[in-house]
Amino acid sequence: MDSIMLPLAFLPAADDSISGLISLAVKAMFVENILLAFFLGMCSYLAVSKRVDTAIGLGIAVVFVQTITLPVNWAIYNYLLRPDALSWAGLPGTDLRYLGLIFYISTIAAMVQIVEMAIDKFSPKLYASLGIFLPLIAVNCAILGGSLFMVERDYSLPQSVVFGVGSGLGWMLAIISMAAIRQKLRTAHVPDSLKGLGITFITTGLIAMAFMTFSGIQL
Amino acid sequence: MTTAVAPAPAKAPAAPLFGKAEKKAVLDPLWDNNPIALQVLGICSALAVTIKLDQTVLMCIGVIAVLCASNTIISLLRNMIPSKIRIIIMLVVISSLVTLVDILLKRFAFDVAKGLSVFVGLIVTNCIVMGRAEAFAMANKPWPSFLDGLGNALGYSWILLAVAFFRELFGSGTLFGVRVIPESVYADAGGFYFNNGLMVLAPGAFLLLGVIVWVQRGISGYTESH
Repeated sequence: MDSIMLPLAFLPAADDSISGLISLAVKAMFVENILLAFFLGMCSYLAVSKRVDTAIGLGIAVVFVQTITLPVNWAIYNYLLRPDALSWAGLPGTDLRYLGLIFYISTIAAMVQIVEMAIDKFSPKLYASLGIFLPLIAVNCAILGGSLFMVERDYSLPQSVVFGVGSGLGWMLAIISMAAIRQKLRTAHVPDSLKGLGITFITTGLIAMAFMTFSGIQL
Repeated sequence: MTTAVAPAPAKAPAAPLFGKAEKKAVLDPLWDNNPIALQVLGICSALAVTIKLDQTVLMCIGVIAVLCASNTIISLLRNMIPSKIRIIIMLVVISSLVTLVDILLKRFAFDVAKGLSVFVGLIVTNCIVMGRAEAFAMANKPWPSFLDGLGNALGYSWILLAVAFFRELFGSGTLFGVRVIPESVYADAGGFYFNNGLMVLAPGAFLLLGVIVWVQRGISGYTESH
């Protein structure tokens, strides 16, 4: 166990060993929770956290989309966009990184479309309750943010899969706990102008503080 | 860009560029219909880039440019976009604009833009941009759409700047990197003062924005029904 007693923050970037991947998953889920530490995916978090069951549905959809898009975007970045990436096609010396945003967002939009059709087919009830928020996953910053972080941190393929699952689960955890708290808040006496958005932010701040206790975690 | 269309008094009589409606389009989102406090749009980036004021200013410039341009372009294209694939078309327009802004910011303010990391790219998924394109630009002429974009971007900017002001002042004791709270009052130098470490961290941002929304809604008298 001694060899992996390092604090998570000091783990090297390219660590494909099992322990490295587990650390990355824990880090993505708790320590650097994509919502509570990087503020990504706030809009749908605020809009859909009113009921626990819809929160669970959207959480699952986000985990799913995140897990698919990250490896796809990893492949796009590594085989199309990065400097010299096209040398497999006999075109050395290219650098298409400036097209990154357009490629990533198109991948995400296509994946969301697929997930939408799948949910419509397998669970019409969930489809109806998610309503307009399903297409909005396409503009959920957590998804695009995940891809951009993956590129910026230069993850390998296994790492990007693990990061996708971990950050998606972290987001799901945050929205479900918020939905549970908001259901209780409905019967609380909150000052009028603090109702809704204000109290939700303050509660989120408290959840974020609770999650910060994970930052000393060691595996 | 802001000086060119500063809200002029409504004096032009015929087909006014700055009539009452136009003035309303710019001023309404600043307070009565603020994108962050009331429409609940664009929160994601509002919090991540507000540790230092100089980063926040750069982010605001980016959002103002993208929002004005995207509203104008989508409004120009509104009769040509089939409604079924409008989301994808909007995303392509917006992400091209953001790519442009990203390149320009890196060219003219490299260090600060580097500090913004992925958050310039994330303007693509800033709900304000999509939200205004969908809610306003798809149904209105280019000029009102431009003003709507400007108004909403400014409404977003002032909240961001307010959050950043408090976070930088209490979190690091500086404003725009210039020391405001003198070194001598710090505990290290024998004084009594400590920086509030919470302000620099994520929870501080949430709490601060919650309080700002509370104050804004308290004054504007808006209440949300559960």
